[in-house]
Amino acid sequence: MTQIIGESIPRVDAVDKVTGAAKFADDMQFGPGLLYGRLVRSPHAHALVKKIDARDALALPGVKAIATGADTPGYIGLYLQDRHIFATDRVRYIGDPVAGVVATSEEIAEQAVKLVEVEYEILPAVTDPLDAIKPDAPLLHPDLGKYTVANFIFPKPGTNISNHFKVRKGDAEKGFAQCDVIVEGEFRVPQIQHVPIEPHIAVAQAEQSGKITLWASSQSPFAQRNLIAKALDMSQGDLRVIAPYIGGGFGSKAGVSMEACAVVMAMKVQGRPVKLRLTREEEFFTTFVRQGLVARTKIGAKKEGKLVAMKTEYYWDAGAYTEYGVNMTRAGGYSSTGPYEIPNVHADSYCCYTNHPVGGPMRGFGMPEIHWGIEQLMDQLAEKLEMDPRAFRLKNCLKTDSDVVTGWKMHPIKLDECIEKAAAAIDWGKKESASAPHKKRGKGLAIMWKAPAMPPNAGSSSYVRLNEDATITVGLGGQEIGQGTHTVMAQMAAAALGVPVSWIRIATPVDTLYSPYEWQTVASRLTWSMGNAVVAAAKHARQQILELVAEHWNEKVQDLDIKDGNVISYKSEQSLPLHDMVVYGLPKEGDCGWRGGPIVGRGNFMPTYVTGLDPETGQGPRAVVHYTVGCQAVDLEVDTETGQIEILRVAAAFDVGKAINPDQVRAQMEGGVVQGASSAIFEKLDLREGKPRNASFVDYRIATSVDMPHKIIPIIVEEPQDDGPWGARGIGEHAMVPTAPAIANAVYNAVGIRLPSMPLSAERVFLAMQEK
Amino acid sequence: MSQHSITLTVNGTTERATVPSNMTLLTMLREVLVLTGTKNGCAAGECGACTVLLNGEPVNSCMVLAVEADGAEIVTVEGLAHSAPDKAGEAGRGHTSPVTTGETGRGHTSPVTTGEDRWGLDAIQQAFVDLTGVQCGFCTPGMLISARALLDRNPHPSEAEIKDALRGNLCRCTGYTRIVEAVKQAA
Repeated sequence: MTQIIGESIPRVDAVDKVTGAAKFADDMQFGPGLLYGRLVRSPHAHALVKKIDARDALALPGVKAIATGADTPGYIGLYLQDRHIFATDRVRYIGDPVAGVVATSEEIAEQAVKLVEVEYEILPAVTDPLDAIKPDAPLLHPDLGKYTVANFIFPKPGTNISNHFKVRKGDAEKGFAQCDVIVEGEFRVPQIQHVPIEPHIAVAQAEQSGKITLWASSQSPFAQRNLIAKALDMSQGDLRVIAPYIGGGFGSKAGVSMEACAVVMAMKVQGRPVKLRLTREEEFFTTFVRQGLVARTKIGAKKEGKLVAMKTEYYWDAGAYTEYGVNMTRAGGYSSTGPYEIPNVHADSYCCYTNHPVGGPMRGFGMPEIHWGIEQLMDQLAEKLEMDPRAFRLKNCLKTDSDVVTGWKMHPIKLDECIEKAAAAIDWGKKESASAPHKKRGKGLAIMWKAPAMPPNAGSSSYVRLNEDATITVGLGGQEIGQGTHTVMAQMAAAALGVPVSWIRIATPVDTLYSPYEWQTVASRLTWSMGNAVVAAAKHARQQILELVAEHWNEKVQDLDIKDGNVISYKSEQSLPLHDMVVYGLPKEGDCGWRGGPIVGRGNFMPTYVTGLDPETGQGPRAVVHYTVGCQAVDLEVDTETGQIEILRVAAAFDVGKAINPDQVRAQMEGGVVQGASSAIFEKLDLREGKPRNASFVDYRIATSVDMPHKIIPIIVEEPQDDGPWGARGIGEHAMVPTAPAIANAVYNAVGIRLPSMPLSAERVFLAMQEK
Repeated sequence: MSQHSITLTVNGTTERATVPSNMTLLTMLREVLVLTGTKNGCAAGECGACTVLLNGEPVNSCMVLAVEADGAEIVTVEGLAHSAPDKAGEAGRGHTSPVTTGETGRGHTSPVTTGEDRWGLDAIQQAFVDLTGVQCGFCTPGMLISARALLDRNPHPSEAEIKDALRGNLCRCTGYTRIVEAVKQAA
């Protein structure tokens, strides 16, 4: 049998996707009964809703119903229930849904939206997190103290702070007193958007029986089922979420955003499906955006180059609702130091309500934002110490058994190897000339860490069902969002069972009625968590098969094995193919009946060892399941006449534990590098008084084929994870985390300027060079 | 809205449709002909997900009215395998299903087993499969069409020409590297 684990087999979904056969939510057919929805959205960043008059809209021929906050007065949210499905008494950002119109066509619904009259009383808006925390700031959520909240989130009622995570480790003040060199700075990260090429789409159908079906472009069918059912006070068993292929998520399609609106709208027109499809303009600011960040950080070291103390304040510009964002603040807190061993840490991570678009999960979950400042300060510190940035990081970075900021000992990792390999791949230390006299060349690097951020008990489950011909249907609840997870799961199931990978069929689309539970497709957790569940299910099926054949041959299970789809005996050297017997069983000798029956394996996985942290110190036995670490090194040129950055080479080295499919791992690194570079150089959601000014592809530029680095060098490092399948850890998000600060450090190396905020657009780089 | 009766060729088949004046070619393909392989990413001509061949030229079908396509020849992603000029007349065309039946064939014709052209895929489709030019797959149909159009007019493009031909097709997953490599392989 050929090797399956560690083999770069082609993606199992590739043929469907290149032939146009792959079905996305907007491709599902609902027949002539389909109705269409459009949302009435707030034009104000902060206002009270005094009155909604929908009479003219309802009178428009073709309009079937209008849903408002009066239909669902309750709250919804993942970690903090601070959000209404439709606004009730107050709107908190431009785009906040106030009402949903259902009509026979999108055009009629759009017309009717304009006829819904909403009377607002405008309130002062808060559009900067540093203003939000002022004592006299207008309160966005006067009821913050009444909201239901997870026990590891700490809101401050009576303020705009919906979570405060603290680290008090060692004594930062005393630590700074011992330092020979101290650097500090304020760094800003703007809101950016995920920009999946597929906009959000949801189709909902509510039956008179009370059962509801939701088809959605969703990373989180089970979380959507759970959160929407709770908000509507219905049984999870009566809400069915079907999630076909999704055209990119990056976090924007995790949790619940617009999907709940579609459900409530469908409840107003029972029996008929309602399709709600966001426009590209809506996509930019009405689902989730990446939170903004203001970071004020100070770091000190001894003259021999050892880090001693860090003090940092992270003010997250979390937007109007922070039901998901509060956990980014927590992640920013428990990972506040970056991947460094620092004995004295004083960190505060504040989740600040602002009248901005809703901050939510995005690839990296707080880590690209905090590493932007940390990794530039580390370079500044190295410069003051007259140390090479690579050597400085090798000296201070986390290694196996290092003290982690939350009081845990680092599990086995090879961050040092990532640094060495990434640096070597761009000829670190070698001065190279620019391609033209008006260009300057520079090199920079940055390191990172990131843990899956999730509740301590986020679980996965799977079934492995054998078919007559011994093809195998693998049931799972994790979504294929482009990251290749279904390919990797096929490899794991095949390897654990002992069959060729071509026999595996992944049961898609994920359907909460039939698919086994999965918390969410987020946090780069599926390879590890869902992988463990799939392996457990495959092993369970395998055990049943071996027991059946052992009885049939009158041998012992431990003498048998499944190889390449055949049960074999190492003792008697017999062999039996799997087909038929895995459904029909095997005949007993002498035509006196049968044994066995259809084989179905089941498995689950849930981490059981994550503990709480002390709310005053952020210290505890184990904050997270594990960290994936890595390094990126960038070689670039800056055009001194235009400020334009041209990336020549990026080396990306990550310790993934074990690459189940090395080619897919490399593809994640490449895509992450380009998304990271795009965020570093182009992207910013331009918000003025809460109003987005660039909500289109013309005005909000993302990297195109001509912007990509000339060369991306992905490097796989493997120090196995003790509880990962074959030692694997996640890689989906990580590749985006160090890209922006590595570019910033390379730009400094090239032209001697540092911009404390993203993006490093040509204009801003040019102006900074002029001012220098 | 006045209605228009149009006739056009889509993936080699003659289609007649009655469409309102303001219906785009994209909407007609997706909602009237139910060819949903062509994607709607922005409806503003900016992302390229809806790219189709109109008389051999790549166009954003969201920017073309259906009535403008009257009499035209359209190729969508569903028709790529059929439209490959070097494959015309080959047996097995269109049998793109990865599912097989029969006891001897179990599993062995699955898409995961092969780097070969087994389903009559166009060379550009096969290259996207072989080199992982696909992640989420939403930009893929438009990307394939733009790449096919490039190779039809320039069978041996340089890397710069490939990147330039794809600059109107946004991809957020792959970082474009493997897409560019796939076009090189298919050339």
